[in-house]
Amino acid sequence: MSATTRTPTTPESRTTSTSARLLGDRRLPVLVTAGLFLVMYIAGLSRYQNYGFGEPQVFLNLFIDNSYLLVAAVGATFVIMSGGIDLSVGSVIGFTTMLTAWLVQDVGLPLLVVVPISLSVGAFGGFLMGYVIHNFEIQPFIVTLAGLFLFRGLCLVISKESIAISDSAVSSLAETRISLGVGDLSIGAVVALVVLGVAFYVLHYTRFGRRVYAIGGNEQSALLMGLPLGGTKIAVYTMSGFCSALAGLLFMLYIQSGDPLHAVGMELDAIAAVVIGGTLLTGGSGYVLGTLFGVLVLGLIKSIIQFEGTLSSWWTKIATGVLLCAFILVQRAMTARKAT
Amino acid sequence: MTTPSRWRALTRHHLFWPVAVLVALLLVNVPFTPDFFAIHMTNGHLYGSLVSIVLFGSPLILVAVGMTLVIATGGIDLSVGAVVAITGALTCSYISHQADQNALSGVLLAMGLGLVAAVVCGLWNGFLVARMGIQPIIATLIIMVAGRGVAQLITDGQIITVNSDPYQLIGGGYWLTLPFSIFVVAAVVAVTVVLTRRTALGLLVEAVGGNAEASRLVGIRSRRIKIMVYVFCAVSAGIAGLMISSNTSAADGNNAGLWIELDAILAVVIGGTSLLGGRFSIGGTVIGALVIQTLTTTIYTIGVPTQTNLVFKAAVVIVVCLLQSPKFRAKVFGARAKSAAPAAPAAPAEAAPKMEVS
Amino acid sequence: MAEPQPVLEMTGIVKEFPGVRALSGVDFRLFPGEIHALMGENGAGKSTLIKVLTGVHTLDGGTITLDGKPVRIGSPLQAQQAGISTVYQEVNLCPNLSVAENIFIGREPTRAGRIQWKRMRSEAAKLVDRLGLDVDVTAPLSAYPLAVQQLVAIVRSVGTGDSDGEGSGTKVLVLDEPTSSLDRDEVLELFRLMRQLRDEGVAILFVSHFLDQIYEVCDRMTVLRNGALVGEHMVRDLDQVGLIELMIGKALDQLEELHDQQLHADVGEPLLKAEGLGRTGGVAPFDLEIKKGEVVGLAGLLGSGRTELARLLFGADQPDSGKLTVGGEAVSMSAPNDAIGAGIAFCSENRKTEGLVPDLTVRENIILALQAARGWTRPIPASQRDELVAKYIAALDIRPANPEARVGQLSGGNQQKVLLARWLITQPKLLILDEPTRGIDIGAKTEIQKLVVSLSEDGMSVLYIAAELEEVLRLSHTIGVLRDRKLVAQLTNGPEITTSKILETIASGEHQ
Repeated sequence: MSATTRTPTTPESRTTSTSARLLGDRRLPVLVTAGLFLVMYIAGLSRYQNYGFGEPQVFLNLFIDNSYLLVAAVGATFVIMSGGIDLSVGSVIGFTTMLTAWLVQDVGLPLLVVVPISLSVGAFGGFLMGYVIHNFEIQPFIVTLAGLFLFRGLCLVISKESIAISDSAVSSLAETRISLGVGDLSIGAVVALVVLGVAFYVLHYTRFGRRVYAIGGNEQSALLMGLPLGGTKIAVYTMSGFCSALAGLLFMLYIQSGDPLHAVGMELDAIAAVVIGGTLLTGGSGYVLGTLFGVLVLGLIKSIIQFEGTLSSWWTKIATGVLLCAFILVQRAMTARKAT
Repeated sequence: MTTPSRWRALTRHHLFWPVAVLVALLLVNVPFTPDFFAIHMTNGHLYGSLVSIVLFGSPLILVAVGMTLVIATGGIDLSVGAVVAITGALTCSYISHQADQNALSGVLLAMGLGLVAAVVCGLWNGFLVARMGIQPIIATLIIMVAGRGVAQLITDGQIITVNSDPYQLIGGGYWLTLPFSIFVVAAVVAVTVVLTRRTALGLLVEAVGGNAEASRLVGIRSRRIKIMVYVFCAVSAGIAGLMISSNTSAADGNNAGLWIELDAILAVVIGGTSLLGGRFSIGGTVIGALVIQTLTTTIYTIGVPTQTNLVFKAAVVIVVCLLQSPKFRAKVFGARAKSAAPAAPAAPAEAAPKMEVS
Repeated sequence: MAEPQPVLEMTGIVKEFPGVRALSGVDFRLFPGEIHALMGENGAGKSTLIKVLTGVHTLDGGTITLDGKPVRIGSPLQAQQAGISTVYQEVNLCPNLSVAENIFIGREPTRAGRIQWKRMRSEAAKLVDRLGLDVDVTAPLSAYPLAVQQLVAIVRSVGTGDSDGEGSGTKVLVLDEPTSSLDRDEVLELFRLMRQLRDEGVAILFVSHFLDQIYEVCDRMTVLRNGALVGEHMVRDLDQVGLIELMIGKALDQLEELHDQQLHADVGEPLLKAEGLGRTGGVAPFDLEIKKGEVVGLAGLLGSGRTELARLLFGADQPDSGKLTVGGEAVSMSAPNDAIGAGIAFCSENRKTEGLVPDLTVRENIILALQAARGWTRPIPASQRDELVAKYIAALDIRPANPEARVGQLSGGNQQKVLLARWLITQPKLLILDEPTRGIDIGAKTEIQKLVVSLSEDGMSVLYIAAELEEVLRLSHTIGVLRDRKLVAQLTNGPEITTSKILETIASGEHQ
């Protein structure tokens, strides 16, 4: 009805729109990652058919073996989406395993009490970091680096040795399997998927989630649009701390011990999963669903290398690095195209 | 009359606080180990706490010195730990395949190989940052992740041990009664200072980090300079890698240089170089690295469980960063500064430090 | 149109920054259903006034009343809640979000905490429709050209209070230079929207550097100069020449002898020649010749393209068309290095962001250009360096005369001199000075102008840009006049050229 002035003034943008819109579509990176996962999975199927790669359980194991990484990466997605970074993820995970193992094993508290304690400690750590980042305008990189040192140090303060957990509640929880007919999932995997679902809902259906996108897109604009910058940023880091602590609990369930060296460097895996999942490291663009695929791709690399047998574990790191590099360059090309 | 203003000038010197922290840390040791400052001679080698602080701190000093230049251009290099591992791995694996591990030529060639690998890493980082315009923190993340895998690939996942006397010299040997690594560090620091302060490199680096747009408009070729500093940083990390693997006569792809990037960044920040780029101080960085090493030693000697080391380090990072944050200073010291303001006219010395060399 | 009761009244507004009084007792009023232009040159206080109004700055004195009630505006959020919305020159929206979200973010329709996307989209579509725009509200904002983003920003700012019944709708809409990067059709579309909103009773405060646009769309205007109110007029009562005179004012003619000196000076052979040099969104293709020892002044209002022209000559921005020759040789224009190599020097109008490195010392800032030209391997020998620096500190009377002082701590005038010294020691053939006298004290202003004359006598060519016409007229042999990003005239300075003659040329945009 009112297409009077608009259309004629921008003929180029209209004619190129099909290809440009496809390229500029924010879902593209996620689709690429999903496609990559599919291709890798099919390649695995054809190569290791006789070794049982096709079993549904092998697929479900991707969720079981990477549940903690998924939860941690979901937390990291919020932070990265808001334009920040959280280096403390691995340390908080390690600390949570130690804290729970110590509370359950040495102090003798019931698991039901320990879980909320651990989660609130992680969330509080995240809150503190967010508070410092926002109020004193120190780079997130440095503040969360301090967090990395602090929580790893606190691990060692609890104990230098690993603490094995023999609590019956823990072991029965760890061994519980939920049957899906074709195979089954662990409690950890189910929790991880629930977290993913909640994160999806929060990011897409709450004002808070949209604020995270807005701040990552342009912090200055978000401020001028009257959005509460500080609260959102602090909440994002608090969430990341909470997710890391939850990931720590899942990791503890998975390994059934606390160890001061658990999850060293897992923040890198989490960040890599987020980036491979198509979230822009500069913030403002991405989906948690992409993060799921990022985690699955990393997990699939691990299982393919296991199936291969002759390939050593370090190929995981190299493959991750190469993928990371490819995705960063693609992201760069996409943003550069937009800028001009 | 001049004493207070001299004192003020001293406290305003950019190395004052780092040195003060270092001295304070050293003094903390005295009540616990009265002979802390004692240095004695055994078998023609000097021993003592001070010597060991420098000896154990050597790799960190090297990495931190390289990192200083990168940070001065407004960048950051997360890949140095991986470079340490790669260099050590390549050099040790080459030496371990030699028939005669003590042959000097073989050792030199091996070290050359290791350093070439470091240069390649540096070029790659520099290329991504200066040419492709990728944020430094992201660009260097790639080698940080993949590099350890490469190092393990080279060592085949094993810890490669070597048995080579010439190679052992760099990290574990003695020369003229002192650990040889001290000479290596001194040489690298001297080269860095000469390179930055006797040529115009230092000025141009500070200009690029201090105001990138102004540097472009004044005709500085900032791309070249950035590539240079990333290569330089990688080479210093490479030398540190040689030193670490030589010290243990082994290459561990997984653990060599683990977290050294974080310590190095911390050393740079303690040394007074801003993470935003601009002014840098090599001397400050060396002191910063010594502070970190002394902290580790002190925790050990005063009998606090060593595991709290990291907690202390976290505290130091936070305190240093908070003190550098203008907003924190305004909030905490702001009120005091305001109440002190009316008294300012009574102290004319206040005006002088404005002309201070910074 | 105007009703007796103004919707917004600002009285005696004072705003001070360290060392500067940006606004000294400014009065301003705005009536419902009018488009009101706020006019003034650089440093007049326009943007400060707007920032006080929109809560970015807190005021140091004066009162603001809205609908007759005094209000305190402490933040952009409070301003919005009070009904004052702003659209800035740089689109302040999130390009990564959809159009609908950009309109609604922060006040999305929700039920039990869940965003109702459907309702949001349909309401956004309704709003966009009502304002007569053709925009797909589900598309990301970045899919649209800047002009549409600008319009979306306006839609956002007037769309308050639709969903939850909170807020009272926009009473005052501030448009801060929204047209600076729009083409003609896009501007017309914007004006249509502005008129529609005006007719709906919104009071619009409009800032633009394009005089034609002011005369096309505005009803009333307020003119500021040097942080003070010069006058409030109905647009129909004041012609363009009168307006420019109000904006620029009459400066003191204390440097008249310089003028005579320049009028009688001889200039040499051609040095620089630009043919058809231009850049889309910067300045339209122009021809320009500068002779050896000649001072070419550029006159034009802020935003007329005078800075853009200078940046093109220096290679700070890359031209889309045309070529440049210096001394008969073609100069490649890919980076400032090329221009510097050809002997061109450029002092930016933005001393802090594009000129100085504030953390470095006076000495280091002064030698930076020369050192960059020599490369890092060939440092200037210390003795030669100190001698050069000392010479220029003395010659330009830089205070404090301490080469170790940090440049960031110097006053504006002294910083400007440091910049000048930086380029003078490279002995350029052409010195481009973009507003070298802006924001500095009167003494330093005089010194810099005298310096330009003596440099020109020594054979250096100068391209001189200044907001004050007297300065341009006094110093220049030739005056280039810019208007709406075009070089519209080149006048040879002479007795018959006066400020009013230049004013007329700017106002009419024609070369007689």
